[in-house]
Amino acid sequence: MPDEKKLAIIATKGSLDWAYPPFILASTAAALGYETEIFFTFYGLQLLKRDLALEVTPLGNPGMPMPMGMDKWFPVLGLALPGMQGMMTGMMKKKMASKGVADLAELRELCQEAEVKLIACQMTVDLFELNTAEFIDGIEYAGAARFFEFAGESDICLYI
Amino acid sequence: MADFDQELDASGLNCPLPILRAKKTLNGMESGQVLHIIATDPGSVKDFEAFANQTGNELMESKEVGGKFEFLIKKA
Repeated sequence: MPDEKKLAIIATKGSLDWAYPPFILASTAAALGYETEIFFTFYGLQLLKRDLALEVTPLGNPGMPMPMGMDKWFPVLGLALPGMQGMMTGMMKKKMASKGVADLAELRELCQEAEVKLIACQMTVDLFELNTAEFIDGIEYAGAARFFEFAGESDICLYI
Repeated sequence: MADFDQELDASGLNCPLPILRAKKTLNGMESGQVLHIIATDPGSVKDFEAFANQTGNELMESKEVGGKFEFLIKKA
């Protein structure tokens, strides 16, 4: 094998659907022999919480497939009703489980087992006064310069 | 199908779990040993080809049997 390839990812989103790409790509890259790091910033820091209480929202998301053809007849404003987000999240989770899509916590564990480095943006932790006791173990806390140290040497760099 | 040393049933699992499970199983095997994988994810056909190309493990066989996909991978 030639020199180990490197993958650097910035994870910025904290919803259930957008939590998947960073962990799917990082775990797969690690399995292919890439050295991989994910830098979590802003809402992406939600992906580091021990208890992942992530939700999915249909609001402002015309690409989201809706159950029962709801997108054809249901008023967009109705999606803002209380309980709608919880319902959509429940349906999405059920769908994922029925299709054999990995559980998020499991994917994250697989990443850690494969020595994917998880870096939390210290600035965002301070900004939102996040309680790091709620985060999983094995995370590094650092800033933008730390990200570039690795990203500058990377073969692939993704902003998600 | 040729002989194999270990078997992994990844039926019902979706991307990227079949690859991740296969990699994990291969980690515990000796060089030259063969892993037999069964999967139902149609994407796994191209994925195991790509996995073999990038990791140096040899994809000895890839076929569809009764709606399932079977692979033989020899550990490098």
